[in-house]
Amino acid sequence: MENVTLKINGVTVSAPKDSTILDAARLAYIEIPTLCFLKEINEIGACRMCVVEVKGAKTLVASCVYPVAEGMEVWTNTPKVLDSRKKTLQLLLSNHNKQCLSCVRSGQCELQTLSRELGVDDENYYKGGMTPCELDETAVHMVRDNSKCILCRRCTAICEKAQNVGVIGPNKRGFNAFIGSPFGMGLGDTSCVSCGQCIAVCPTGALYEKSCVDDVLAAIADPDKYVVVQTAPSVRTGLGEEFGLPIGTNTEGKMVAALRRVGFDKVFDTNFSADLTIMEEGTEFIGRLTGGGVLPMVTSCSPGWVKYCEHYFPDVLEHLSSCKSPQQMMGAVVKSFYAEKAGIDPKKIVSVSIMPCTAKKFEITRPDEAANGVPDVDFSMTTRELAAMIKKCRINFLELPDEDFDAPLGLSSGAGVIFGASGGVMEAALRTAVEILTKKQLPSLDFTDVRGFQGIKEASYPIEVDGKSITVKVAVASGLANANELMKKVRAGEADYHFIEIMACPGGCINGGGQPRVPADVRNNVDYRKLRASVVYDSDKANTIRKSHENPAIQELYSAFLENPGSHKAHHLLHTSYVQRKVNYTV
Amino acid sequence: MALVKEGVPFRGTKEQELALKKVISELKDTKGAMMPILQQAQDIYGYLPIEVQTMISDETGVPLEKIYGIATFYSQFALQPKGENRISVCLGTACYVKGAGEIFNKLQDMLGIQNGQCTPDGKFSLDSCRCVGACGLAPVMMINEEVYGRLTTDQLPGILAKYK
Repeated sequence: MENVTLKINGVTVSAPKDSTILDAARLAYIEIPTLCFLKEINEIGACRMCVVEVKGAKTLVASCVYPVAEGMEVWTNTPKVLDSRKKTLQLLLSNHNKQCLSCVRSGQCELQTLSRELGVDDENYYKGGMTPCELDETAVHMVRDNSKCILCRRCTAICEKAQNVGVIGPNKRGFNAFIGSPFGMGLGDTSCVSCGQCIAVCPTGALYEKSCVDDVLAAIADPDKYVVVQTAPSVRTGLGEEFGLPIGTNTEGKMVAALRRVGFDKVFDTNFSADLTIMEEGTEFIGRLTGGGVLPMVTSCSPGWVKYCEHYFPDVLEHLSSCKSPQQMMGAVVKSFYAEKAGIDPKKIVSVSIMPCTAKKFEITRPDEAANGVPDVDFSMTTRELAAMIKKCRINFLELPDEDFDAPLGLSSGAGVIFGASGGVMEAALRTAVEILTKKQLPSLDFTDVRGFQGIKEASYPIEVDGKSITVKVAVASGLANANELMKKVRAGEADYHFIEIMACPGGCINGGGQPRVPADVRNNVDYRKLRASVVYDSDKANTIRKSHENPAIQELYSAFLENPGSHKAHHLLHTSYVQRKVNYTV
Repeated sequence: MALVKEGVPFRGTKEQELALKKVISELKDTKGAMMPILQQAQDIYGYLPIEVQTMISDETGVPLEKIYGIATFYSQFALQPKGENRISVCLGTACYVKGAGEIFNKLQDMLGIQNGQCTPDGKFSLDSCRCVGACGLAPVMMINEEVYGRLTTDQLPGILAKYK
């Protein structure tokens, strides 16, 4: 790529020809503030926060979309620029609910940060009406409070472009404009898949998950309840960010210690039930492969993906694995095997999950997710809610010692932990399925072709089964727009894969809609997904057991309780069913 | 929050549906097709209710929200049908200072509808408009092609009665 030379605040910078002023300024170590800009997702130059002066230009220009040119001279911090940014903020705040003290985003709000930096206070600069709005609480997992919305359109862009869902968008015009769903529908009335990516990219407190922190604390305080918690693989990859630790810090030990101090009776690991998922899903896959079942088989761990499939591909649901997600498998095992073993009435158990996910809140309400006559999981919390809970309980997180999960449902293999990253479920499944099929030990456990953050990954593995050679073809997609592309091929009968892994969120659960929000300036410039994923891959490497079928706690669960993978009992507890849904079902 | 389904029930016919599907199949694959599709849909149905927008969404694969966003952005699109009798009250400067606001409010009360809506029986629709070129007669309203000038609120029941 050819470079051009320009001057920013008098400093000479050489930048690639196709870069914007915003990119070039970073090369000169100058950060230009933004609000609406999200790299590759929302590049619309709408909010005017990033304006700069360019020599010869009639007006201030939006640096996020303005291309650099040879000999260009740019100023990013003249009084004219700073005044304009300040005025933009004042205008935004004039139509903003400024109850910051009780706002979920207080302290982490991008609007608040900019206001503080530019010296804009909460005075009403432009007195007048406010755009009328009401709280949308119709969705099971989240709330939209448009009184805090600044119309940046990050949520609508990620919903439409990355997730191919598009159930929210700008409606009406001018002062009456608002982000919402069509015809006054609430989010819960639409084909929203509950992925929560909109929450993850919102710069303010307009979007947030429905919190169950207080319900869980109440259950813990109830002496008649036995409160069990499980934590998903990705939670430990992101939780530290909420406490100021660098992105990519593994906080597993501190997290377990914190959960004990919050008061949970048992702290189990969803990694264990990820191993269990592999046993069931691997067996199902082998059955379909050797028994002429429906192929490709598609994973069913991601409830956002499952709901998307039900809405947008209701005609090909038979491709979905019948396995419950690891969250639900853990729930079902806690209230059956564990309850029996520990001699506790399942009705007295409150089963809590900590997930990087908001769709898990939807999943616990699904039909056919209550194997023991009581819900498999009672409360599903996000990583963000866990952080809020730890802060509320005033636990000194950073000083905590590392502690281990409780046995037996806290023991897991390296295959379980990599479930958190796109390709991880596939890799874990291959480690087990290939060894069972070939009856031989794998020489290498690293299936690196399915790792990484490309939207769609493909690989094929030649294996020998009973003297016959088969090439197992697999595909991995993350982000529902990519899933859509792959599934269109499946629908058309053009996909000759045997096995497909799909996760709803781009990059997998480490980038789930329930993970700590990454501010746009970091998100646009740091490969935070790679940093978080390194936690699960390092943890896998460090584990002495790296295959699900070699996890002794899993082996014991089968020998003492479930009999075999795919047994009648396993089916009753660990498998589920799906429903056909429509995209537009309002008429 | 609830679905906004007020006013006149949808009375689309099979012929209208076929005409709309023809329009969509002709335009579907061209870039920027949504505006002409919506314009022609409005020509066919007279307005763009949820039933029509859903048909467009199902046929084109464009999310309903995207269509609704366009339909509510441009003032050329109506989400409510026009009545058998279309009332438009001028709220231009001259009429306004002569009390057109009161006329308009009174009509809203009498008909039980808001600006841009249609009565459930389909008899009347009410819109505000700008200058109709009869400022000398302010305040002015039009019902269909008929102009009523120098209006007072107490004349309104008598005028409406003529159309019932």
